[in-house]
Amino acid sequence: MTTTTAAAPVRRPDPARRRDGRRRRSRDRRLSVALLGQRWLVLLLAVVVGVGMLLPFYLLVTNAFKTGADYSRRGPLALPQEWTLSAFERYLSSVDYPQLLANSVLIAGVVAVGGVVLAMLSAYALGIGRVRGRTWVVFVLLLATILPQEALIYPLFSGAQAVGLQNSVWSVVIIFVVLQAAFGTYLLSSVLGTFPHEMLEAARVDGANRWVLLTRIVTPIMRPTMSVLLVFFFVWTWNEFFIPMIMLITPKAQTIPIALAALKGQNTLDVTQLAAASLLSLLPTLVFFVLFQRTLTRGVTAGAVK
Amino acid sequence: MTATTPPRARPRPAPAPRPRRPVSYWAYLLPMGVGFGLVVLVPFAVNVWYSLFSWKGGAAPRTWVGLENYRELMQDDVFWRSFGNTLYLIGAVAVVPTVIGLVLAALLFDHIGRSFGARAASVLRAAYYLPQILPIAVAGVLWSWILETRDGALNSVLRSLGVTTLPDWLGDPGIALWSIMLMLVWLQIGYPVVVLMSALQRVDPELYEAAELDGAGWWRRFRAITVPHIRTDIYVVVLTATIGAMKLFAPVLILTRGGPESSTYVPSFFSYRNFFELSRVGYGAASATVLAVVIGLVAGGLIFWQARSVEADR
Repeated sequence: MTTTTAAAPVRRPDPARRRDGRRRRSRDRRLSVALLGQRWLVLLLAVVVGVGMLLPFYLLVTNAFKTGADYSRRGPLALPQEWTLSAFERYLSSVDYPQLLANSVLIAGVVAVGGVVLAMLSAYALGIGRVRGRTWVVFVLLLATILPQEALIYPLFSGAQAVGLQNSVWSVVIIFVVLQAAFGTYLLSSVLGTFPHEMLEAARVDGANRWVLLTRIVTPIMRPTMSVLLVFFFVWTWNEFFIPMIMLITPKAQTIPIALAALKGQNTLDVTQLAAASLLSLLPTLVFFVLFQRTLTRGVTAGAVK
Repeated sequence: MTATTPPRARPRPAPAPRPRRPVSYWAYLLPMGVGFGLVVLVPFAVNVWYSLFSWKGGAAPRTWVGLENYRELMQDDVFWRSFGNTLYLIGAVAVVPTVIGLVLAALLFDHIGRSFGARAASVLRAAYYLPQILPIAVAGVLWSWILETRDGALNSVLRSLGVTTLPDWLGDPGIALWSIMLMLVWLQIGYPVVVLMSALQRVDPELYEAAELDGAGWWRRFRAITVPHIRTDIYVVVLTATIGAMKLFAPVLILTRGGPESSTYVPSFFSYRNFFELSRVGYGAASATVLAVVIGLVAGGLIFWQARSVEADR
């Protein structure tokens, strides 16, 4: 990365300044008016795409606060004549939202914590322990993320029936702890492969055994990575569709997204109620998005690369 | 856990006897091993086993048919069609969003981030990414209403523009798949944008400066610097998105249930329907096995191809 052409004498301005747009005024001044116009055109294009991406959300929000009559008279695009909560009331009276919320939180929460703990244990053996054949172990674990869930579902479904876990949130919890942890192991073990060895040696000399090493040395240092993973497992599990739909049959055990899909199957006519239900179903993820926006974008990168 | 801890503050690290080996590292893999066997390996093996039977599921009798299910699959038009549709979905999930996402990421990073500030770029990035965090069920329900023929949002817009013959987005076998693809592009764009933007942060800015001073325009810089430097990341995005496209299920179930006239069938929906609606468990298991093998082959092929092209670069 040391390409220095004759025209670009070695000059390393401080990196903090290169991020924002204010640097390099001299070049800006040299820009022609035409180029300036082009910049705004590019911005316009990017904004138009952004507005297009957000349009469905706009429709969702505005229609959720309309009355059915308002919707059928003035269509989906108009703003509500008056903002009303009636669609929400209808939805909340047709489902047990607190129960759904509790199920979703329980499933996603337990899976997030359990998945990270499980992933950490196995990543410790692979990344720090460097057990023999670790490449193969990681490869086999990665199969879990490649396999389609359809190729597992019927045995899982009849297995859950056999042990009395059908229609229980715990069946879903067990399945996703393992599936998420399989991916987490892959990620954490590659991070742990570069763990500073002097630190481990020092602790070993002090007589720390492997468990102490894991809990006192490795885990505290890995906490930032683990928390990214935690957030990600939570959101992924929250949004899961196929396996929860098969496993959780009655509304009492269902998660928020599954109940929404079931509601859509029942009545397609009441658009405003459907919009309100959708809004309530994505509200928790939206809150999460706002709280953890940076973590999430960091996490998707961590997951995709290396 | 019974290691006798010597006093913390030793003057120098004594050549203490190596700590006993209380637990081998393999012990830490044990929980995962048990879980993985229980949730992935055994169920997959059992699924393959089921595929050799004719079975209605539950307590119904199971009849051994050997490879009969597979033979029937090979002659099943709907099954083949579902794989054909997968190619379209790969286009909508892996190809189009990656191309658009690459351009958007480069524009945001290289252009908007510089001219209008990092904040503008990150707000736009968040807007693109938002559909990605939606529960897929919510996205499906939302779009099934947008695309609804009689009073969906899209047709309402068209009507107000004066269009009289409104398309039947999800009911017309000729366009239903394209409607689903439209939704998928919307859903997917944020993923390449976020991944590739962060990849771009690793590219040395001096390269761009040098190129700019040499008079290279945006397109030139994009082709000569941006794309080659983040090729690995582009590849990872395409690989994961392709696997995702082949496994796609929820949008089809929610939007069209494979219809009209099985024009939007996908392999995973095919298995689901045989398992849980048609009570043909063996047949469904066979199709799920075939799908798993095909995905494995495609993923393996992509990885092999990538490794080869890296090799060729050296």
